[in-house]
Amino acid sequence: MSPGFYTEPAMPTQRVLITGLGPISGLGLGIEATWEGLIEGRSAVDGITSFDASRFACRIAAEVNDFRINQFVPKTYRKATKVMARDTELAVACADLAARDAGLVTKGTAADGEPHCYAGPRMGCHIGAGLITAELDELTGALVTAKGEHDAFDIGRWGLEGMQNLYPLWLLKYLPNMLACHVTIIHETQGPSNTITCGETSATLSVGESMRVIQRGDADVCFCGGTECKINPMSFLRQLLAGRLTTSGNDDPAGAVRPFCKTATGTALGEGGGILILESEATWRQRRSKAKAAEAYAELIGFGASQSVHRPSRNMLPDPEGEGLELAIAAAMRDAGVDGTDIDLIVPCGMALSEVDQAEAAALGRVFGDRLRKIALAPTKAAVGNCGAGAGGLDTCVAATALRHQRVPAVLNCRQPLPGLAAGAGESRASTLRQALVVSSGIGGQNAALVLKRPEVDHD
Amino acid sequence: MIDRADDGATRGDTRARVVITGIGWVTPLGHTIEQVWARLLNGESGVGPTRGFDASTFPTTFSAQVRPDYDYRQFVQHGSVHEGIGSNTAFALGAAAGAWRSSELDRFADLDRRRLGIYLGSGEGSIDFENYVAANLAGWDQEKRGVDGVRWATAALERMDPLREIEQEPNMPLTHLALEYEARGPAYNCLTACAASTQAIGEATEILRRGDADVMITGGAHTMIHPLGVTGFNRLTALSTRNEEPQAASRPFSVDRNGFVLGEGAGMLIIETLDHAEARQADVLAEIVGYGSSADAFRITDMHADGRGPGESMRRALRDADLEPGDIDYISAHGTGTHENDSIETKAIHTVFGDAAAGVPISSIKSMMGHLIAAAGAVEAITCVLALRDHKLPPTINLHDPDPQCDLDYVPNVSRDAKVDVALSNSFGFGGQNDTLILRKPA
Repeated sequence: MSPGFYTEPAMPTQRVLITGLGPISGLGLGIEATWEGLIEGRSAVDGITSFDASRFACRIAAEVNDFRINQFVPKTYRKATKVMARDTELAVACADLAARDAGLVTKGTAADGEPHCYAGPRMGCHIGAGLITAELDELTGALVTAKGEHDAFDIGRWGLEGMQNLYPLWLLKYLPNMLACHVTIIHETQGPSNTITCGETSATLSVGESMRVIQRGDADVCFCGGTECKINPMSFLRQLLAGRLTTSGNDDPAGAVRPFCKTATGTALGEGGGILILESEATWRQRRSKAKAAEAYAELIGFGASQSVHRPSRNMLPDPEGEGLELAIAAAMRDAGVDGTDIDLIVPCGMALSEVDQAEAAALGRVFGDRLRKIALAPTKAAVGNCGAGAGGLDTCVAATALRHQRVPAVLNCRQPLPGLAAGAGESRASTLRQALVVSSGIGGQNAALVLKRPEVDHD
Repeated sequence: MIDRADDGATRGDTRARVVITGIGWVTPLGHTIEQVWARLLNGESGVGPTRGFDASTFPTTFSAQVRPDYDYRQFVQHGSVHEGIGSNTAFALGAAAGAWRSSELDRFADLDRRRLGIYLGSGEGSIDFENYVAANLAGWDQEKRGVDGVRWATAALERMDPLREIEQEPNMPLTHLALEYEARGPAYNCLTACAASTQAIGEATEILRRGDADVMITGGAHTMIHPLGVTGFNRLTALSTRNEEPQAASRPFSVDRNGFVLGEGAGMLIIETLDHAEARQADVLAEIVGYGSSADAFRITDMHADGRGPGESMRRALRDADLEPGDIDYISAHGTGTHENDSIETKAIHTVFGDAAAGVPISSIKSMMGHLIAAAGAVEAITCVLALRDHKLPPTINLHDPDPQCDLDYVPNVSRDAKVDVALSNSFGFGGQNDTLILRKPA
């Protein structure tokens, strides 16, 4: 009746390479700073400085410091930064870092008169984004002009005059697709473009969609990944009310987030994420034969997506056995044509919420069996916090870099690991890494997984 | 520079064919397929004074709203997991129930829920305006011209409801459909402004073509008819302000158009591989034969004057469908009624269709049900399905004096019988997101 669960992909496919990385997190701007922080075992989680969080039970996060958007925007486009929310600024900066890392010459990175690597319609852009909240000072400064009796808000006055105190383009600052829109404009990518908004799974789904677009020939190169900033009062409050944030780590921020630890008490928010350059192997070879182009970090060989269904929690939590998540991991491995015996590294979701971690551990346990204990695990949230819609982008950058350097990052904070997996704290170490698995899941129950492969040494 | 036309080499004939087997919607003109379709063919408007909040002093006082008697609870079996949802999710559940029933999947016991996916283009939920504003005002420090963190947080913690807050996340319509239908396959929500649900249907099609699912629920749901939504669009001067004549306000292609009219609602489709549909002997309503996506890459505020982005998405969809412009029998326009969109869309159709442009009837149902923003593309795709089924074209109402720059056949004011075997649907979003679908009548 049904074609069956193990249907083979129906289309011939292009090979897809990861050729540029642009992560931003509390550890720093760009892949070098990020990787250095992960190798050294630093945590960027600290007391919140960007707003007054003293009234909240959680007062820690991994903030991005010393970030100025103008360093990442062509001079001719600086005016547009006025209508960029921080989420968008981070995406624009990550895209710039990724393109330069790949040696990709676009409208946004070209020196005067330098020819671009690709025509606009052959370039795509798929970016994961969160729900962007209005800046409180900006909006409230207008709202207070519409006070009526007893100093209460008067919507009649708001309609008549109050709203005039918001600048005309106010709404455009907060549309989630503005991350991708600014990136498409700056780099003049005119092919397929999308914005995926599935909580913490957004960026990973976006990487998967770019992969598919390249495989089916609709573009040759794509910007993909995601960024988000929830470190503002309203977004922070939402996560706090949802019970996601640890409230017991305020005195020890760096040790607060403990993925896969029996004593895990919740996550801390981060900001940032990562944008990657995916490229068709065929056109990457063409451009490399003509000009400078960096070596590829990895080949992206598998992608899978799925949905968890857990009615008791309304999908705020995964099903306890991780059956939904397992479907995405199995789909990615099937897509890659691998059985898991060559996977030497997992960058897990590692949310540091015990219900989420246990479900993920259960799913990984069924996929890998006893071998799971021997596979290196590299959860990033203890170091960079939960970057929301950007998390999967950052994690994919980490997996790709680990494959390039054949090195596992340090694991932080996990003194009492859940049984069955190699989650215990440890220093960074060199290791043979053939393939890596990236796993993402989030509020709402959407799941995604990617399989990356160390690129074959080029003898051309 | 690498610039290769896609030669179709990768588009083997091995791709699964994808068909539509179910449709459902919740719109300002009603909640059932046949009732709304009859009203569209009748040229009726769903626009009226805005009811959800006091918009009487706003620059725009009207909108196209879902009727207040709409109640999602009659459409769900798992009511307890949906309590406290936003209107966008409530619309999504009703539209999906209609689509599910019409596909007769409710009577198909062998459906593998691991191979049932969802790809929506739904908008975020509405903010809890009253409590949000109250917390913001309580936190305001007039001397510092800023919000005091402690005062704001104290008020917000007192007032804000955890459920109401989390239900604003844009993936919540998707999440609730998954809970209701136990869908465990690939699950996405995209939010590319006014192009979102067209893009969702296109990407859902690609997932089926690859064989990554058997059945997808796809479409979109959205409302921006709330104080900050209307404020945002009014500040952009994107909305019509014809307050004295709400039902005449949505005037796509008319010389005196002055903006779009906000609508709300949801459109949902059940799509599946042709093999799966045939094996369960489902009625096929239409086949999805073409999808194209592009970016203007120009400005966040304006479309490129040449219509290069819309042209690119239409060309890609035609190439994907392996069709010529002359094969298209009907275009469901994005047709918002803004000055910019309608003339540029017309220009792009001229560019892509050439001599064939004059012979293709085009209409905008936004003239009747307003602009459903993220959900607009889904209800327009459903309209195309019905046009293919009945060989009837819905009109563009309020079109008595066409703009000289809009010189094509927009099916003015009165519906029309026409042989429609292939229909094309356009959606373009703020920020230069363009998506096009092509649907074909089943053989």
